[in-house]
Amino acid sequence: MIPGVEGFMYPNEVELQWSLLIVLYPYITGLVAGAFILASLERVFKVEAVRPTYRLALLTALAFLLVAPLPLQLHLGHPERSMEMYLTPHTSSAMAMFGFVYLWYLTVVLLLEIWLEYRADIVRLAQSTTGFTRLVYKILTLGSENVSPRARMIDDRVGYTVTVIGIPSAFLLHGYVGFIFGSVKANPWWSTPLMPIVFLFSAMVSGIAAVMLLYMASMKLRKTPIDMRCLDTVAKYLFYTFVIDFSLEMLDLVHRTYEADESFRSLDFMVHTRLWFSQVILQIMLGTLVPLALLAATQLHKFSEAARRGMYLAAGLLTMVGIFAMRWNVVIGGQLFSKSFLGYTSFKVQFATREGLLPAIALMLLPFAIFVVLVKLLPPWEKTPGTGEAMGD
Amino acid sequence: MSVEGTMDISRRNLFAAGGKLLILASVGATLEQITGAAPPEEAYRMADHWWGMLIDIDKCIGCGNCVRACANENHVPAGFFRTWVERYQVEEGRRQPHVDSPNGAIDGFPPTTRTDLKSFFVPKLCNQCADSPCVQVCPVGATFVSPDGVVLVDESYCLGCRYCIQACPYGCRYLHPAKHTVDKCTLCYHRITQGLTTACCESCPTGARQLVDFKNPRDPVHEFLRQNKVQVLKPYMATEAKVYYKDLDGSVR
Repeated sequence: MIPGVEGFMYPNEVELQWSLLIVLYPYITGLVAGAFILASLERVFKVEAVRPTYRLALLTALAFLLVAPLPLQLHLGHPERSMEMYLTPHTSSAMAMFGFVYLWYLTVVLLLEIWLEYRADIVRLAQSTTGFTRLVYKILTLGSENVSPRARMIDDRVGYTVTVIGIPSAFLLHGYVGFIFGSVKANPWWSTPLMPIVFLFSAMVSGIAAVMLLYMASMKLRKTPIDMRCLDTVAKYLFYTFVIDFSLEMLDLVHRTYEADESFRSLDFMVHTRLWFSQVILQIMLGTLVPLALLAATQLHKFSEAARRGMYLAAGLLTMVGIFAMRWNVVIGGQLFSKSFLGYTSFKVQFATREGLLPAIALMLLPFAIFVVLVKLLPPWEKTPGTGEAMGD
Repeated sequence: MSVEGTMDISRRNLFAAGGKLLILASVGATLEQITGAAPPEEAYRMADHWWGMLIDIDKCIGCGNCVRACANENHVPAGFFRTWVERYQVEEGRRQPHVDSPNGAIDGFPPTTRTDLKSFFVPKLCNQCADSPCVQVCPVGATFVSPDGVVLVDESYCLGCRYCIQACPYGCRYLHPAKHTVDKCTLCYHRITQGLTTACCESCPTGARQLVDFKNPRDPVHEFLRQNKVQVLKPYMATEAKVYYKDLDGSVR
């Protein structure tokens, strides 16, 4: 009997192939896509109330996007060969497209939109700072120093177009990550056409929750009052998106249970045993039903501002945990059962190994470090406290 | 050529070798016309073969010779398997069969005393699918179906992303712990291209495993497929598997 194995596994199945780092991959790209879609609410759909989070959302998306390929890179058996994905991509492979979707999203959408949004600020900062900082801003202007009203109008128009292209691109980025899993016909836990769309909506949920939390934290750190109209609106969108996400996931669950195909008994047993804590307790109860109830309560009843802030904070944090659990359950859960449907293996997170907990924690902290640098470099605030200096246009 | 040398065949080498063989063959024909000498018989032409395997369930005695021979021939790392044998014990009234394969059956099976159930062995290996899901998903094309129908991995090219392991419905692939690239049954490509059979087929004491060449009109496989009822594993996966099982029980996964 092999330790950790129950029933029969094909002998090569005992060891999990994709571990914690591959859980982080959809989690991080989801935050990127979600944050960007929140940003586009203001830009394209003219939801003025969320304006204070616009720049914050863009910087959040960039901070996480820069980290997104790292868990994949670290996971490869031969990381030094990863460039082959760009140089000799296999056109029938869903994974081969990652590099291109990623580069498209990073350069054409996110960097361009941030640059256009910040261009006037960068030009002004290049003039008002000195020394090395000045040099950095000078380089960031890319030689374009015209900030006349006409030039700004062009920035705005191009920025709008980029955001319009950006929305389907964000959908593509994360829907595509879902397709990587959803298209594996050998694995019934993954193989469903709902996978890309479930990934997409859960991405929006996690991205909106992340920006909401970062906004609250930033305001706290800067000792600036929170714009409650903004926070209420973000929370409202979080609630609506979460309802759609939860409905889709329940549809998947109900469909599986009702159809009860050959894999059902095996998967059902797994959910009731090895995935019970992470799927039922963490993902569905604590990570979905509780935040949904909190958010629904704020929609139905007029609570005090302090109470709402507390509820949003709790809902946001639980949502982040719930979506992480969802990624875990997809990636890890999809490898715990045998494709013979006759047995189960188990997974223990290692600590200081290449794919262990330590690099995973480092990879999750890295975007926040990048975020702090980005915020320092490109202040997203409408006004800098104390100086009364107007930022932005 | 040494066994080691031929095993490390890469995709580019394969095509280069194929090309050279083609040129050699055509030169051979010309020389024959000029000198009247016989054409070189050892020239292996990939286009002339389409490899697969026949497995006769009732002939397998679960001795594990094939697993040992494969491990020796291909230096398969301990705990991983290019081929393995499963023992099915099917009991009337029980929903699930009881299946075991202790260490891939490399040392055979412990005896069972029960006689009130149906018991049989199922040797497993890469099914050399013509529509391989593993080949489809490889992001760089490091795994491919050779022109003679064998699914191979170019270990000088594989990234070790393991998407192919996830995509294989049969659990035939693993990450080589030392090479950090994906490894699998090559149908002893280094042997079959030299006119030999695979290590597993050669070592099978009962002839339960037979290497077959579907493109060879004289191969007994054609008669076998006419005379017997055969099945592939998980046919609903539509992978065009080329490992055919005679008298496969419905309980086999």
